[in-house]
Formats: sequence, C-alpha cells, structure tokens
Amino acid sequence: MVKNIMIVGVGGQGALLASKTLGQVLLDAGFDVKVSEVHGMSQRGGSVVTYVRYGDKVYSPIVDKGEADFIVSFELLEAARYTEFLKADGQIVVNTQKIDPMPVITGAAEYPEDLVGTMTKAGIKVDALDCLTLAEQAGTAKSVNIVLMGRLSKYMDFPVDAWMAAIEKLVKPQFLEMNKKAFMLGRGEE
Amino acid sequence: MKQLMLGNAAAARGLFEAGCEFISSYPGTPSTEITEEAARFKEIYCEWAPNEKVAMESAFGACLAGRRAFCGMKHVGLNVAADPLYTMSYTGVNAGLVIGVADDPGMHSSQNEQDSRHHAIASKVPMLEPSDADEARKFAAMAFEISEKFDTPVLYKMCTRVAHSQSITEPADRVVPEHKAYEKTISKYVMAPANAIKRHPFVEQRMKDLEKWSETSGVNRIEPLKQVQGDILGLPGNKVGIITSSTSYQYVKEVFGDSVSILKLGMVNPLPGDMIKKFAEGLEKLIVVEELDPIIETFVRGLGLKCEIHGKDMFPICGEFSQNLVAAAFGKDVHTGKKLDTAIPVRPPIMCAGCPHRGMFYALNKLKVTVFGDIGCYTLGSVAPLSAMDVTLCMGASFSGLHGWNKAGGADNEKKSVAVIGDSTFMHSGMTGLATIAYNQSNSTVIVLDNSITGMTGHQQNPTTGKNLYGAPAGRVDLEALARAMGINRVRVVDPYNIAECEAAVKEELEVSEPSLIISRRPCALLKEVKHNPPLVVDQDKCKSCKMCMKIGCPAISMKGGKAKIDPTLCVGCGVCSQMCKFGAL
Repeated sequence: MVKNIMIVGVGGQGALLASKTLGQVLLDAGFDVKVSEVHGMSQRGGSVVTYVRYGDKVYSPIVDKGEADFIVSFELLEAARYTEFLKADGQIVVNTQKIDPMPVITGAAEYPEDLVGTMTKAGIKVDALDCLTLAEQAGTAKSVNIVLMGRLSKYMDFPVDAWMAAIEKLVKPQFLEMNKKAFMLGRGEE
Repeated sequence: MKQLMLGNAAAARGLFEAGCEFISSYPGTPSTEITEEAARFKEIYCEWAPNEKVAMESAFGACLAGRRAFCGMKHVGLNVAADPLYTMSYTGVNAGLVIGVADDPGMHSSQNEQDSRHHAIASKVPMLEPSDADEARKFAAMAFEISEKFDTPVLYKMCTRVAHSQSITEPADRVVPEHKAYEKTISKYVMAPANAIKRHPFVEQRMKDLEKWSETSGVNRIEPLKQVQGDILGLPGNKVGIITSSTSYQYVKEVFGDSVSILKLGMVNPLPGDMIKKFAEGLEKLIVVEELDPIIETFVRGLGLKCEIHGKDMFPICGEFSQNLVAAAFGKDVHTGKKLDTAIPVRPPIMCAGCPHRGMFYALNKLKVTVFGDIGCYTLGSVAPLSAMDVTLCMGASFSGLHGWNKAGGADNEKKSVAVIGDSTFMHSGMTGLATIAYNQSNSTVIVLDNSITGMTGHQQNPTTGKNLYGAPAGRVDLEALARAMGINRVRVVDPYNIAECEAAVKEELEVSEPSLIISRRPCALLKEVKHNPPLVVDQDKCKSCKMCMKIGCPAISMKGGKAKIDPTLCVGCGVCSQMCKFGAL
C-alpha cells in the first residue's frame, strides 16, 4: 500500500526542508520512498509542488489526481488549487497565510474569500492554522515548514522522536532548538 | 548504506564511482545538479563552460588525455553541441566519454519539448536511459564501460522526473581505471575527408555490435507476467506485452504491477530487434509506452511482427505522462478528487522582489519598443504587467534576431527596437550575434542584462563573474572591453534600479546612427553577498491609490483596503517603486 503526500506552496517558501524532513522520517522507518521536486523556472514565485510517496514498493515518483492522502500547503490559495489531487477521505493541512499571485496584484483576478469555508463545504477535511505566527513564536518566520511538519505528524503514525531525529540530521546545530520548538508548536504540544 | 538520493545526485555519484576525473558542463534545467553534485567530490575536476559545445569539446580533449570525462546539458543544449557530437561518433574516444542530456517532457522549465533520442539515432551514438536514482548511479558506470569497449561517446539521457526525483540507492566505492596512454592516430582523430570516409563504416559496424550487445548484456530486461489480474485491452493478461523505458516504466508498473509482461529498455539506441521479436512471441497486442515521440514504436513497427502494435494511437506526443494517464489509456477507471467551484487565480512564475531586471523592463515597456528577448530569468519580462518582450527563441537569438529585423526593416525598425540578453547567455552564444551587428553594421541597440550570475538555473558562475564553479577567483571576461574589441564604439553601463537612467540611455542609443551596447548592471538580488536595504513602508496618508506602483509587477506590493501595501518579508528596499510614486508615499 502506497501513501501519498503533496507539499504545495509558493516558490521560495521552504518546501525543500519540509520534504527532506518527511523523506528522512520515512526512510528511517524502513519504507521505500520517492520524492519529486520542481526546479528551475517555476521556482520563481510560482506555484510549486513536491510529491512524497512511501510504501513497501513505490514506482511512480509523482502523485496523481485523486491519490493524495495529505496535502500540506504553505499558502491558502495553493491548497485550494490542488483539491482535485486529494483522495475522497484525504486531509488538507494548510497555513492560513495568503500570498497574492500576480493576476491578483495586477487586478486581473481576485483572491477568493473564505477558502477554508469553501473547501469545508465541499466536504474536504481541512486543518487550517496560522503557521507564520507559530513560526515567529518559535524564533524565526523561516520555520513555517517545520511547523507544518509538526501538524502533519499528528495525522501520521510515527513517534515524535523519529521526527526529531530527522530534524537533527537536516538542520544546522544553531537552528536546531528553534526548529524543534516550531515542530512542537505545530503539533499543538508546546 | 541506503540513501534517498536525487536522480541527478545519483548520476554524479555514479560518475564518481566510475572514476570520472573531468566534467565540463553548461547549466540547464533539469541537468544542472549532476555537475553541482559531482563538484562535491574533490577527485573530479568540474567546471562551467561558456556553452554546451565548448563543454563537449573540452570533455573530448580530456578523454583523449586518457581520463574518463563527462559533460552535462539540457536537451536544447545538445543542439548547440550537436556539431562535435556527430563527428565524435566517427573519431570515437580514448578513455571513456559520457554525455549527459536531460529532456523536459511537460516543459517545466524549457522552451520546447524536443526528444533527444533523435540526436542519438542521427549521430549513431548509443544512448542509455535510467528510470530512477539507482539506475542513474549504475548506468553512469555502465556508460563508461560501453564507451571504452565500443570506442564511442555514450549519451546518458535523463528526464525531469528522473533527474528531479529522489529515490533509494546504495552507493558503491570509487574505482579509477588506469589512465589510457594517448597515441597519435591521425587516421582516427583528424576528421578530414580521407580519414572520415574510412571511419564511417566503423560507425555502422559499431551500431550493429552495440545492438548485439544490448540483446544479452542485461541493460534491457524482460519482466514476465507473474500474476493474471483480469483482461487488458479485452485480452487475457498473458496476450499483452508492454515495451517501455525511463519514467514511463514507473507509471506502467504503478498501474499493472506484475500483472503484465514488460520489456524494460535501459538502452534506447540502438534498440534490441531480436529481443523485441522474442518478447512479442505469443502476444496478440504489443503496446509501446514512451513519452514524446514514437521512436521505439516506429522501430517496433519496422520489425514485421505478427501482433497488433499500439503506441501513439493510445498515448499523447505532447506533455508528460502519469499513472492516471497510463491507466486511462488502458481503459481503466480513474477517480479524481473534488474540484472547487471557486475560480482559483493562476500563479505563474514572476520576477523576484528586487530583481535588477525590473527597472529596465519597465523602461522598455514605457518606451513601447520592440524587444527581442533571450533565455533566462529575464524571459519573465514578457509577463504582464511589464510585457516588455516580443520574441524569445533560443539561447543567443536576441542579438542576431534584432540584427535581421533591423537590416530588413531599416530605420523604421532600428529606431524602435532593442534586444536583451543575460550575461551568461551572452557568453553562451550572444557574442556571435554582437559580432554580426558590428561586422554587418546594422544600427542595433542591444542590452546585456548583467546580473553577475546565471540566475534561472540556480546561481551558477560564468565567464563574466570572475569566479569558477567552486566560487574561487577565476579569469573574468570584461564585457565592455570585449564589445569595444569587436568594433562596438558606443558602450555604456546603467543601473537598472534607476528607471530614468535606463529610459534616457535607451532613448539616446536608439537615436544615434551606429550600433550600441548598454550594460544594465546590478547583481541578482538573491545572491548571498548582495546587501539589502530595509523594506519600504507605504505612507498611508500620502498614498492616493493611483496604483502606479503596481505597474512594475513587484510581488512585494499589493493593494489592501484601497492603499498600497508592501510585504516586509519580500521587499529588499530596491526603491524602484519609489520612483513610480508621484506623491512620495513610498
């Protein structure tokens, strides 16, 4: 059985550390893992997607429509963009931060109101939290990625220690405490 | 120890393990990380070449010097390097020579979707195609063995989903083969007609030998059906077979697991005719699953098989595949998730806040000039609201394109048109365009957008930056001196953070009756060494809601409650927006 997670956001928001942390936890747990990233042009403030898949044996490196068990989103609009990828009983974990895309900045389009409400009404399970505030509370706005991993961890069956071990492997020592705090704040256990 | 490794990092690991000692590449998504990751191994000398042709020729020289050598590029880069490739096929190699080329189905970061297998066929060079990180690592070593065994360069083909996906591999130790002594062999290495005529039959025989080798070496493998799971295309599972390679193989396995027989190709040129014939025995339908062009399919159709053959009648030529696409092509139900009724605005890539290209593009937009563009971050100058680009073709085409436009259209065009190119792209193939402007004397105004780095591919050094691949001091090409030496008398430098200066310079150079070069110089705002000013704040009382500041398309500026607002996490204080505000609110 393969499980699928999508990490979505805006280029430059720090999705790479999130997918690395998750990948490390899954690898340490003995799963076959594939992680697919986006590089190059679309990174420049565009909509970016990282696919993480794990199970006994994983073939395709990408998550397709209707397959995601989780969508972890760094930004509200990006969560709404990818709902088609979510399984019927899938879960969205979303940072409530809003970043206007260029068509909204230029006035060609509007940022939709109450997206959490719209998604919930459509029967989608949404867990929305203000990760930026929690990240700042942890000591750096840059730890939004780890706050999100903390929240995701509540829905997954891996012990906190396994996540902390992964964070220790990937984060520079001087930022370790901040990121550990960010993780626990995301879990709601700090 | 098992590791989760990016396909490109695994390719670099494989080069390391195979004893590769020399790498020269030009960055290009999705190939760039092969060289960057290889540079982490102190045993491999790595460098950025000005372009792919130079990279390939340098790697050729290194292989003649008896060291295993590699060059890496994206698919369109192989067009630039096609000239040496097609004749290196004739000369063959001394030590092994491997050419990495990364295709981009779906055009995530490319200007076209060409299939580089055509180059392998046309140049008569073998091509390996890994399907995940583990194969990326192993195939690198295999490529060198083939290169030396068959006296040929070897193409090593990646695609976005293999290059930029991490999967599990287990690294092995490095083994450096003994250096090969160079022996002067004019008949093999000097490709004058008399010698080349004799080498061509060697190439033809080599392809036959390679085909034989590919039938039995294990590079291609048959995965027999292990369990029958219902009908496939209306036939029992054992009557259908699939031929596939690369990431398409992964999608097929995702859909069918072990319930269909698969011929998984690791070498896509030459293709194993006898193996395919054997695979097709007893089958009623043979399906070829390959992204982009029907190359395997066309070959299979030429074998005179008795079974039905399907390929591009079931699968698209355009775009990349996925497991759902493969499942649907075989008539399986695909369930997608809920689509919201709300309109979700698109989020295209944009120029970063503080991007030094912005000020110049705003000036060009304001002057309403025709702009011949080029390949790089600055291609985003074509996006609204700047919309300051008319044409973008390929690396280096801006200056030469403008030259033809001006020569053909005369003063009407010359007074109203410019070309823009980045510093790295100028070194890649823009210089020759400038040469034709100087030599053939079109009255062209050209602009080098010098941000002191190769930006789009993620900050690689180039001949104008004064640093080498490792960030250490290196030779530096002086753009101003170079242009003057080429015969351009009017060379000037402007600061793109100053819109008025850009506008005045472009206007003035369009007026004069000789070629001119404007260097729009300011380092990329994302470079670590670039110091930023504090973020700007909008004076809410002074803001008259005129939205002039929105015309530069900066992602840090938005309108909130009818007034301009600046996102302090994005703003780097470049001050371009302040120049837009007539009321001093910024």
